Amino acid sequence: MTAAGTAVPAHTHVDDRPFIRKYVFSTDHKIIGIQFLFLSLFFLLVGGLLAMGIRWQLGFPGQAMPLGGWLPEGVAPGGVVSPKTYIGLVTMHGTFMIFFAVMPLLVGVFANYLIPLKIGAPDMAFPRLNMWSFWLMIPSGLLMTASLFVLGGSSVAGWTVYAPLSNTPDYTGVHLGQQLWCLSIVIFGLSSLLGSVNYITTVINLRAPGMTWFRLPLSVWALFITAVLAILAVPVLAGAVIMLFFDQTIGTHFYLPASGGQPLMWQHLFWFFGHPEVYILILPAMGIVSDIIANGARKPIFGYVSMVWAMIGIAFLGFIVWGHHMFQSGMNPTLASAFMVSTIVIAVPSAIKVFNWLGTLWRGSIHFTTPMLNALAFVSMFIIGGLSGIFMASTPVDMYIHGTYFIVAHIHYVLFGGSLFAIYAGIYFWFPKMFGKQLDERLGKVHFALTFVFYNLTFFPMHILGLGGEMRRIYDPTVYDYLKPMQPINVFITVSAFLLFASQIVMAWNIVRTLARGKKADVNPWHDCGLEWTVPSPPPHGNFETTPTVYHGPYEFSVPGAPADYVPVNQPLPAVPEGRR
Amino acid sequence: MHWWFPGNASSVGGKVDSLFYVILYITGAVFVLVEATLLVFLVRYRRKSGRTAEHVEGSTRAEIIWTAIPAVILVTLALVSQPLWSKIKDSDTYPRNAVHVGLEAKQFEWHFTYPGPDGKLGDDDDFMKKDTLHLVVDRDYVLEMTARDVVHSLFIPAFRLKQDLVPGMDIRMWIKPTRTGTFEMACSELCGLGHYRMRGVVVVHTPQDYAAWLVSQGAASAADSAAAGLTPSGKGAP
Repeated sequence: MTAAGTAVPAHTHVDDRPFIRKYVFSTDHKIIGIQFLFLSLFFLLVGGLLAMGIRWQLGFPGQAMPLGGWLPEGVAPGGVVSPKTYIGLVTMHGTFMIFFAVMPLLVGVFANYLIPLKIGAPDMAFPRLNMWSFWLMIPSGLLMTASLFVLGGSSVAGWTVYAPLSNTPDYTGVHLGQQLWCLSIVIFGLSSLLGSVNYITTVINLRAPGMTWFRLPLSVWALFITAVLAILAVPVLAGAVIMLFFDQTIGTHFYLPASGGQPLMWQHLFWFFGHPEVYILILPAMGIVSDIIANGARKPIFGYVSMVWAMIGIAFLGFIVWGHHMFQSGMNPTLASAFMVSTIVIAVPSAIKVFNWLGTLWRGSIHFTTPMLNALAFVSMFIIGGLSGIFMASTPVDMYIHGTYFIVAHIHYVLFGGSLFAIYAGIYFWFPKMFGKQLDERLGKVHFALTFVFYNLTFFPMHILGLGGEMRRIYDPTVYDYLKPMQPINVFITVSAFLLFASQIVMAWNIVRTLARGKKADVNPWHDCGLEWTVPSPPPHGNFETTPTVYHGPYEFSVPGAPADYVPVNQPLPAVPEGRR
Repeated sequence: MHWWFPGNASSVGGKVDSLFYVILYITGAVFVLVEATLLVFLVRYRRKSGRTAEHVEGSTRAEIIWTAIPAVILVTLALVSQPLWSKIKDSDTYPRNAVHVGLEAKQFEWHFTYPGPDGKLGDDDDFMKKDTLHLVVDRDYVLEMTARDVVHSLFIPAFRLKQDLVPGMDIRMWIKPTRTGTFEMACSELCGLGHYRMRGVVVVHTPQDYAAWLVSQGAASAADSAAAGLTPSGKGAP
């Protein structure tokens, strides 16, 4: 047997598609994945910039923002963020980060790029639908960005756009901005559904011979389950948002009590989408991290089957926990008790996953590569985010911390400490496959270390603010006497947040420099078992010269008797030595 | 420097705090154990020449253990939380002799309707106060709450109490202050541009102070109601 997986098939057929079909209106899942990568990194930057505005105002309320003088008088009079601008920043930071940064980074990028390559398919089942799913994100993103600049300003109702604040312009002075928000989200939903249909069909139908369900990498399992979640949850959001749009534009009263509507109906519909959405944002991260941890520890994932069932359990339970966002909403308290139980139970599969990651590290041979460092950060931060969630699950404790900075800390430990570290891990890990060039490991480690430190300095103190009773989404905490003593914490957080933002320049520089003149990547730089590492970097259109055959599970590292410490899935395992199995 | 919970001043606050500390100790212990294990593994099993990873695929016994233990702890936590929750939020369990006070929230203002000297809400001697809730220490109150425009949320940190007010809904919340003094209240559900300044105070009196305050309100109340442009809630409004 030759050195595992490095045999590169000769690239015989010539790709003669014109430039525009190859790189712009491409139906190639790899190009679409890369398009999603740059689009969502752009929105990550926008969301981050908005967050800097929020942090300036909270750290130094009422003081002129640096460069704030450049903003129009209506937005920041004298360079000071106005109350309306402030809640606009809060609303749009959440909207951009969730819908246009983290979700497309996880699903748009990794589902598109990885699923066909990892299951041995030439492309997605419906390549044209796939192209549509990307190109719908452009009008969606443009409409959302445009809403920042229209008369009356952007939506100011929070990313959860609770009615009646959102559907009655008289309460905020926002007309067009909220309507554009609705249109953008409906188009976003269509994009997400087209993508999801594709991922589900592809995984069911296009697996290579031998790639059975329980030989799928956990990343593919996670992306598949996520697509199922999206297909069930996103239509509910779209329907709810269309009703909201009708309330604003043609005078319906779905969420207005005066004519028999129900404000709480919006909350139920929104969170019926919103909670599965939380798992849409974390399951792919768990999958990516599982692949990378097995690779970094040079061991099979501990308890592969229980990892799969834990994800299925999380997905199922994820649909019956939405009420925990509404414990204090006026919903029947007995119903809240039922949601408390389901919420508490969903912590069990999450715990199983953490223990299995630890089990994977146990007796491994851990390589501290940049992707591995980011994946380990995911595990350690997800532990904090998971544990802090238990406080809110307990209804009486939630009564105090609901709507405070404790919640803000929790969501950022899950979405930044969790999802974003996993995204970084995935980018560092698959970048060589995507572009054929290896990101600089030293810069990668510097970026990781700075991000890890300033991330914790930014978000951990928010737990303390929350326990001290600081509400989220308030323009100026110093209005309250009991919050004044905590203002130094806010200053500390603001400074840390600026440094966290600045640390991302290292990654941007690393990407730009590598693309310009990076060192050429090996076909399989991380010595991984996956099928994507058996084809050239970047893989040609159509991916595989001949359809590969899969012989075993996805994580056959350090197999006794094998010539290398990994056996690619397209090569048989060595004969089992006497006395084993 | 005050960087923790504000001092408790209500009958339920102590119990909420205790439950918080129970969860803090449990999650704190889990946090230390799991993160320490992670760090130990990272150091102990780092790549070293001459040692290879062991090809282990899992252990059913380990899976059962680390499924069962968290499940038992978590379900116990839910069972412990449940009675306290019902006591605070289930209006069927509220004390029968509680004094009822009306509260209507509108953008950036809290309008309280007091029952007047007869202690009954909805008749001629009701009077209104804006942004100030006057209570007597150790007496049971039930707030009858609604919102006029958007969703608001009444948050009294020192009482550990929070309840949303929803247009079109009549929501009740039980309050029993246990300490005299003045405590801040805030809106904790984004309600518009002035959300951050929707501030009010709760003044908790001794019975004697409250009686004196009530007398002083006799003349002022009608003018106050007129100025607010509101009529007291209930049928018997003048």
